[in-house]
Amino acid sequence: MSILASSDRVVGAASVGRTKRLRPSYWPFVVPALIVVVGVIIFPWVFTLWMSAMEWRIGEEQRFVGLQNYVRLFTDLRFLEAMGHTLVYTALSVVAPLVLGTAAALAFNTKLPARGLLRGIFVMPMMATPVAIALVWTMMFHPQLGVLNYLLSLIGIGPLQWVYHPSTVILSLVLVETWQWTPLVMLIVLGGLAALPTEPYESAQIDGATAWQRFRYLTLPMIKPFLMVAVIIRTIDALKSFDILYTITQGGPGTASETINLYLYSVAFTYYDIGYGSAIAVVFFVLIIMLSLILLYLRQRSAWNTGDGQ
Amino acid sequence: MLTSNGMCLSRRRLLASGAAAGALGLSGLGLPAFAQTGGINWRKYAGSRIEVNLIKSPRGETLSKYQKEFEELTGITVVSEQTPEQQQRQKAVIELTSGRPSFDVVHISYHVQKRQFEKGKWLADLTPFIKDPSLTDAGFLDDFSEAGITFARSPEGGIGALPFSVDYWIVYWNKDLFAKKNLSFPKTFDEMVAAAAALTDPASQTYGFVARGMKNANTPVWTSLLLGYDQYSVDANRNLLTDTPEAIEAAKLYQTLMTKSAPPGVTGFNWAECQSAFLQGRIGMWFDGVGFAPPLEDPEKSRVVGKVGYGLMPKGPKAHAAATTGDGIGVTAASKNKEAAYLYCQWATGKLMGARLLQAGAGVPFRNSVLSDPGVRKGVKMPTAWVDAVVESAKISRLALPVIIPVTEFRDVLGGALTNMISGSDPAAELKRATADFKPILERSEKT
Repeated sequence: MSILASSDRVVGAASVGRTKRLRPSYWPFVVPALIVVVGVIIFPWVFTLWMSAMEWRIGEEQRFVGLQNYVRLFTDLRFLEAMGHTLVYTALSVVAPLVLGTAAALAFNTKLPARGLLRGIFVMPMMATPVAIALVWTMMFHPQLGVLNYLLSLIGIGPLQWVYHPSTVILSLVLVETWQWTPLVMLIVLGGLAALPTEPYESAQIDGATAWQRFRYLTLPMIKPFLMVAVIIRTIDALKSFDILYTITQGGPGTASETINLYLYSVAFTYYDIGYGSAIAVVFFVLIIMLSLILLYLRQRSAWNTGDGQ
Repeated sequence: MLTSNGMCLSRRRLLASGAAAGALGLSGLGLPAFAQTGGINWRKYAGSRIEVNLIKSPRGETLSKYQKEFEELTGITVVSEQTPEQQQRQKAVIELTSGRPSFDVVHISYHVQKRQFEKGKWLADLTPFIKDPSLTDAGFLDDFSEAGITFARSPEGGIGALPFSVDYWIVYWNKDLFAKKNLSFPKTFDEMVAAAAALTDPASQTYGFVARGMKNANTPVWTSLLLGYDQYSVDANRNLLTDTPEAIEAAKLYQTLMTKSAPPGVTGFNWAECQSAFLQGRIGMWFDGVGFAPPLEDPEKSRVVGKVGYGLMPKGPKAHAAATTGDGIGVTAASKNKEAAYLYCQWATGKLMGARLLQAGAGVPFRNSVLSDPGVRKGVKMPTAWVDAVVESAKISRLALPVIIPVTEFRDVLGGALTNMISGSDPAAELKRATADFKPILERSEKT
């Protein structure tokens, strides 16, 4: 025993020594990634934090102002309004594609004729360039010349002002976002549906469950993790949406569709107020992180293998 | 040496003969040749290389199109790039702030960037070059309109950027619609409101008036109306005049025109939407810059070809004024090839280039001699009424926007208030609020 024990100790000591000797040699492999992470992620954020504590306007002298830019944020009505627009736009841009994408996935999960072709056509909007999409929709939204009002006139509905009126602009923009990103949700949910076991459905059928009951009590709980993935992706995507909003409305009419992103762009790159713009960026970053953490927590809770003793 | 001289000589001969042939051809089109080049030694900086930063626009495209001509004339190599207006402004400001811009020549929008460029001291003072007889003919500045010189001159008396292209705000009007209602073109603001109301018939989707309603873009519409009340938006001491009784009256006028006589959705209209609506033949009057005219006379784009009237801005209660914006071409203070860059600026703002801009409808030069030259006028593709509107506007020209650093914020804040007015807000309350919001921004901008 003692010989064995001592031999173990010897082997152990040799192993530790080898580990100690080998450990530094791993560093060269880590360094490139470390440089990239520091240069591309950590440094810009530290620099942004530093800029947010400065009064920094392009072409003028900079001076340290501490938290003054953050204090200004909470008294800036335009920022608060933009925050509200961002949350409303994000919520609608997540819910609408989620509902429609799930419905589409359920439809494409059945044995439709020409299912492959239809699915291909359905995912096309997702592949288009956002600015091109925005320009086409801008033309379609035109109150006098747009095709949407023409189509509505065929069924006797009076002309709408779409993105040209403060009360309808966000809904109209959500329409574009929904049109483009419903296919993504459909693909995620369709993947989930394909992975579902068939046994519960057979049991339910034997027990006489209706189609709605099967969906409500079997499909929906089982695809919840996939829906959560879709919610996370869509939320982050909608929060940082810029191209479509900027191209179609530039935040207008007035500031009726101005989100934090658009306001941040105006402050930093058209007013050249880099310090204040950085403070907005920091707050926006914190908002995204908080929302992402909440969603990740919910995703963990909705996973099949946790929380219910499985 | 001999070879070099010989080459130079033969090149000069070639250029001279080319220029002569060109002059003959150009004069046939009513274009002035390089008549102004008498004492200038264009080849003084042959072999230099300059970089030019242009705004992507018909003006920038014209300069790029004829760039080879400048290179052959001077022996200076030009590398130019055109960037869309908003992005070009951002790029220029960021590079100039760095102190090491990548370009020697920069195309600026006076009405937005003049004060910012002056305060940053980003442009070289061109006065020494203008006084140098080997670089400039005597009386060079005399030919530019007063608005051009006002734009170009810095508070210290120097010349920052040479006046390149001017834009006057005029009223485009549909002669057919006016004739149907037996109306004549309005001469006063009151007549304009009455005509706009008379032309409006929502049932046939016809509207009497359209102008920019989109935030930021709409501010010059209101400041232009304000000029009719004999008032600028900011005074010479940079005090805001945006909530005075005159300012409120001008805002009420804007509100009346935009709510009673403009098409639905006008709050989201920039110039492009206004132009599209006017091109369809269902708009009585469109108030905007004179530079947006060419598509109106293009049969492929327009349903109103030959039916468009080009009217001078109607007279306001206290003044008759045409709001003016403009572009300039300057040399960066950091440039190491200032003289060569200056020659480019002089070529770009010369009579020949001015005539080309005018004749193509790509822009209006600040040069009086070009506008009054019958030969040049003959070659203009646009109708005579358009040229007349330009010439007459020049006589009553006033700056459309204040010469301050935060012009964009001014336009955003006041523009937001104007957009709210179209949605029914009270003009006086909106202007008070916007003025209070913008005042600290203006004060802060001049603090350092």
